[in-house]
Amino acid sequence: MRILLVEDDSTVRGFIAKGLREAGHVVEQADNGKDGLFLAVSENFDAVILDRMLPGGIDGLRILETLRGQNNSTPVLLLSALAQVDERVAGLKAGGDDYLTKPFAFSELLARIEVLGRRGRNETGPRTRLVAADLEMDLLSRAVKRAGQKIDLQPREFRLLEYLMRHAGQVVTRTMLLEGVWDYHFDPQTNVIDVHVSRLRQKIDKPFPTALIHTIRNAGYMLKAE
Amino acid sequence: MTPNAPTGPSRLFRSASLRLALVYGVLFVLSAVVFMSFIWWATIGLLERQVEAAIYADQRALSERWMDGGLPALADTIQDRLEQNVDDDAIYLMVDPSGNRIAGNLRIWPREVTRTDTWYQLPIARADMRGTAEVHAFALPGGFRLLVGRDVRARAILKRLLTDTLLWAVLMVSVLGISGALVVRGLFRRMVRNVARTTAAISRGDLTQRVPLSGSGDEFDRVAETINQMLDRIVRLMDGVRQVSNSIAHDLRTPITRARARLEDAAEHARDTDEMRAAVERAVADLDGVTAVFEALLRIAEIEAGARRSAFTAVELPELLAGVAELYEVLAEEKDLRLELSVPAGLPPLQGDPQLIQQAVANLLDNAIKFSPPGGPVCIRAGTEPDGIVRVSVRDRGIGMQGSDLARASERFFRAESARNTPGSGLGLSLVQAVAQLHGGRLELHDGQPGLDAVLLLPAAPAAALAKPPALLRMEPPSSPDNTPERRGVLRAPT
Repeated sequence: MRILLVEDDSTVRGFIAKGLREAGHVVEQADNGKDGLFLAVSENFDAVILDRMLPGGIDGLRILETLRGQNNSTPVLLLSALAQVDERVAGLKAGGDDYLTKPFAFSELLARIEVLGRRGRNETGPRTRLVAADLEMDLLSRAVKRAGQKIDLQPREFRLLEYLMRHAGQVVTRTMLLEGVWDYHFDPQTNVIDVHVSRLRQKIDKPFPTALIHTIRNAGYMLKAE
Repeated sequence: MTPNAPTGPSRLFRSASLRLALVYGVLFVLSAVVFMSFIWWATIGLLERQVEAAIYADQRALSERWMDGGLPALADTIQDRLEQNVDDDAIYLMVDPSGNRIAGNLRIWPREVTRTDTWYQLPIARADMRGTAEVHAFALPGGFRLLVGRDVRARAILKRLLTDTLLWAVLMVSVLGISGALVVRGLFRRMVRNVARTTAAISRGDLTQRVPLSGSGDEFDRVAETINQMLDRIVRLMDGVRQVSNSIAHDLRTPITRARARLEDAAEHARDTDEMRAAVERAVADLDGVTAVFEALLRIAEIEAGARRSAFTAVELPELLAGVAELYEVLAEEKDLRLELSVPAGLPPLQGDPQLIQQAVANLLDNAIKFSPPGGPVCIRAGTEPDGIVRVSVRDRGIGMQGSDLARASERFFRAESARNTPGSGLGLSLVQAVAQLHGGRLELHDGQPGLDAVLLLPAAPAAALAKPPALLRMEPPSSPDNTPERRGVLRAPT
């Protein structure tokens, strides 16, 4: 993916850019709002990482509003030390697609930006069937089959698996699962998500020779065919 | 007085104490004047009316004599009356049409007296004494005229006496009024000065000062009491802030110190990359802990500031509780606990922030699961209390808390001695309490014997508040595109 990174702190910027490059992305950088806005409107990116508070008179929200004002729908992830709910709401209302609070774990940022970038590219309308390797999910009849064998899932397990399958091949973090599956926006401080995933594994992976749900160390989970 | 207060008369009129004193003085003098006017009217006026009534009575009697016996009878009667007049104050004069005296004790008809419908005040000289007479003229048939009057010298003396007395009284009243006004002003200023001196001391930083009370329980005392209560509250809040900053210093310094030590140790002594990496990862985990404490503190502060009231909406409590219970059920099962949820039908609706109530219940549940021994039940019960209060209780059969700890449990960073070794920041119950207070409710902790019974009491929404729930801004999770059709439609025009 081609990613624009607008962040004024050189340490944080260098750290993010290095991590993104290691993950195989192309990164353009800007350290102030003016350059950031110029790059964002003049070139095409798959995703933009935007710090909210920037030097140079143009802050992150202004850049975002200008982009959206020009019907530019590049996915934007806002990065900010402003953690209050109102600030998050302001960022999302301005057209942000996701909001990450500083300090953050790089794995969280990477997982979220990859989901955002993918979302921008392969949009094929509502899907009724999800498939990953020999695992099939019918969204209409809410039936799940693996290797032709029917699997019974609780409603919440179904939603958890659906989320993992929609992001098959991508890392999803525990926070993303908590927000996406449960719609909870706080850190429960316990391993409650891990327990739910391990329950799901019991049904999806245990009876079969190969595992589909993988734990990604220091990051989260990924559903993929080995 | 502020240093740049205006000087001169304008400053004087801006003084509230002077205005009060002036109002007092003016009211006092005015009422005294009204009072003295009444005395004047009641004494001098009464005497005047008595004289006039006597003259009219005389005239009526004399007219009757004239009817009975004509001129000679009237003349005789006048003569008789003059002789019988002991006080020697009666004045009579009867003249013929050409003005010659027929009877009476006046020598001639006074020139001023021309009309018969009014009273005349005439100066008279009698036995070398000058005085005043009040007279009235009456017309008799045949052109004869009759003058009846009274010497009112005694009344004039009384009048002068009374005037003198009242003038002195006015003087004394004025003196009393002014001194009273000064006393009122002094009292007022002393009261205001007490308050001003105390508040000035407070603003200089001396929080021990209080406004002195007079002990009479009057309005000034009540104002002083209110101010003192306000100061007490400020002191309590300040103590709270101080205690919290001490706790922050301790609870954040400890993990920061640990992380620093790990990193420094690794930098000096790590023998290979694996050791180095392990040390760095543990330090990162320590810093994540610091961040979590920070976030929790900021969130509590945000809730306590009431900023989130704008996100209030109708809350479906049964659904919300079922959701939280479902999230934690697997965790409870891992620990071999039974999670029991009982929500009666017909719970009154709540008005509030669903995410915060979710988090509050989640915190209580998290605690209950953390402190329960294996096999025990954890119960979530919803119900209604009198006065339209909704009750959500989370009860475990775990180690519980001592009585003294129960009272302090919702303080920030408080951790009971018995809980020292379980992970946690000591902020969970503080957050629950902040959420309860934001919704106008409270958190109660009871000894479950055994275990802890945490009760969240939230007032039910008044019917009017539910009529129009404000639009809730929901945050979009980074979920699949199929879940966000409306946002996609607006922002993501097909390229």
